[in-house]
Amino acid sequence: MDLLWLWILLAVLVVLIFLVVSMYNRLVRLRNEVKNAWAQIDVQLKRRYDLIPNLIETVKGYMKHERETLEAVTKARAAAQSMTNAGAESRAKAEGELSSALTRLLAVSEAYPDLKANQNFLALQEELTSTENKISFSRQFYNDSVLRYNNKTQVFPSNIIASMFGFKYGEYFEVKVATEREAPKVSFS
Amino acid sequence: MWEQIRSNQMRSVVLVIAMGLVLLGLGYALGFYFFDTGIGGIAVALAVWLIMNLVTFFQGDNILLALHKARKIGPDDHPRLYNVVEEMKIASGLEKMPGVYIIDDQAMNAFAIGRNKDKAAVAVTAGLLAKLNRDELQGVIAHEMAHIKNRDVLLMTVCSVMLGTIVILSWYASRMMIFGGAGGRRGSGGGVGAQAIILIIALLLVILAPIFAQLIYFAVSRKREYLADASGAAYTRYPEGLASALEKISGSTEPLKSANQATAPMYIMNPFRKKSKPASNLTSTHPPVSERVRILRSMGGATFADYNAAYSKVHRGGGSVIPPSAMGAVPEGGTRTAQSKPKKPPRVEDTSSEIKRARETSDALWKLNNYKTINCKCGARLKTPPDFKGNRVKCPHCGNTNILP
Repeated sequence: MDLLWLWILLAVLVVLIFLVVSMYNRLVRLRNEVKNAWAQIDVQLKRRYDLIPNLIETVKGYMKHERETLEAVTKARAAAQSMTNAGAESRAKAEGELSSALTRLLAVSEAYPDLKANQNFLALQEELTSTENKISFSRQFYNDSVLRYNNKTQVFPSNIIASMFGFKYGEYFEVKVATEREAPKVSFS
Repeated sequence: MWEQIRSNQMRSVVLVIAMGLVLLGLGYALGFYFFDTGIGGIAVALAVWLIMNLVTFFQGDNILLALHKARKIGPDDHPRLYNVVEEMKIASGLEKMPGVYIIDDQAMNAFAIGRNKDKAAVAVTAGLLAKLNRDELQGVIAHEMAHIKNRDVLLMTVCSVMLGTIVILSWYASRMMIFGGAGGRRGSGGGVGAQAIILIIALLLVILAPIFAQLIYFAVSRKREYLADASGAAYTRYPEGLASALEKISGSTEPLKSANQATAPMYIMNPFRKKSKPASNLTSTHPPVSERVRILRSMGGATFADYNAAYSKVHRGGGSVIPPSAMGAVPEGGTRTAQSKPKKPPRVEDTSSEIKRARETSDALWKLNNYKTINCKCGARLKTPPDFKGNRVKCPHCGNTNILP
């Protein structure tokens, strides 16, 4: 009789260990996914920093009357670049401002037919549009990953494992700048 | 990682198992008919299936690319296409960039291949690239990326191999039954009545098995199309892109050269569709386009729940395509706005071309009466009568003097 109880106890223990290990592994996998998604955003943001000087150089000659717009982009780029080691929230803010400055620049460029005939500019425009897309798609994927990870760390029973091994919540990368949400207003007067 | 893929795979696995059972049943019946033991027939069926699998495995997916003479491109060959693929790779969270191929064909179509995610590729026809704007292209690529991500290619390969085995087996069996008189080889299996029953059952199975298998195959394919549409909308957060792309593709009638029936489910749209095809039927690999477009257009957001709601709305409250466990998989519902600028409203173009045509007609009439026309610098058009003397004429608009030709 005692032996039977011992066996049952052992079986329960094995099942428990198996559950804990699989939950732990799942949490680790999700956390890695979040980290990887964050790295993806980073790659695209760096790509954008690299593209901007090129763009300004190409555009400068054509847009003599848009000094302010150009300067805003340069300034926003410098500000964003200095935030690379800051947390997700403050970084998102700086990058959001850079995005809106760039959108304004691209919108203004519509008014310059010479510029729009420039092959170099067209190639840059495609690259920049795509990079903007990649940034927002990688942010989308990052936020989805964070949601999945946070759900796992908060729901029962995996929340027990999460608190036991110190899994922290992920931080969303949200755009808090109002200007990025609305379309830029441009007047061609 | 993605819950909906897992539970959808469960459903698909059930269908694959059903197909496997059809194969085993066929083998058993044939074995009983020809060798007197069901097990022998099953062994033969499995052997044929194994050989077919090996052949497909070594042929690889590249057969489809080779068939279409697809050309691999890099980021510099077609920046827009490459960028869009990369964007969707990021949105879907795929680890490795799939190969990007262009097919020199004016038909509009696209497909994805790759039984595992590391060796995936998407191919797009030149016609598609020429006629779609960026948002629409993004929708199409998102759909293909969803096929890769959901491992549909693997599933469809497994299914099509099984389908092929069933078709081949029953084809040969029916020939042998009709011409071989193989029934005579059987030992003393029982009375004449039992023999007749077995004969009828075997015959029925031989006829029905390929049909069943094909129906299952098409059912799997249609389910995966809906799921890929839903995932595509979730990746781009812009269902309208895919919807209008589907409309454009279905509007073009140019057939895709060198497509074949077995690979039809891999394309974004059935390459064998006919214009006057009835809305929906059991024997199509893809759901009807009009329905796919309607579902996409009636989506309130971009999540799977939105797609499901739109699906049941279009089907008047009937059924669902996305399993309940998948509902939470895509958070943050909102869609976004178009990126490509909408084209000018066509009416404006129409009227301006109409004015132009009217002007050309009246010019021709003037010319017939020997009037001469001169275009002044200010844009006015001067007409001089045939009996006009002198070679200078003053423009009544700007006062500039024009010399007659």
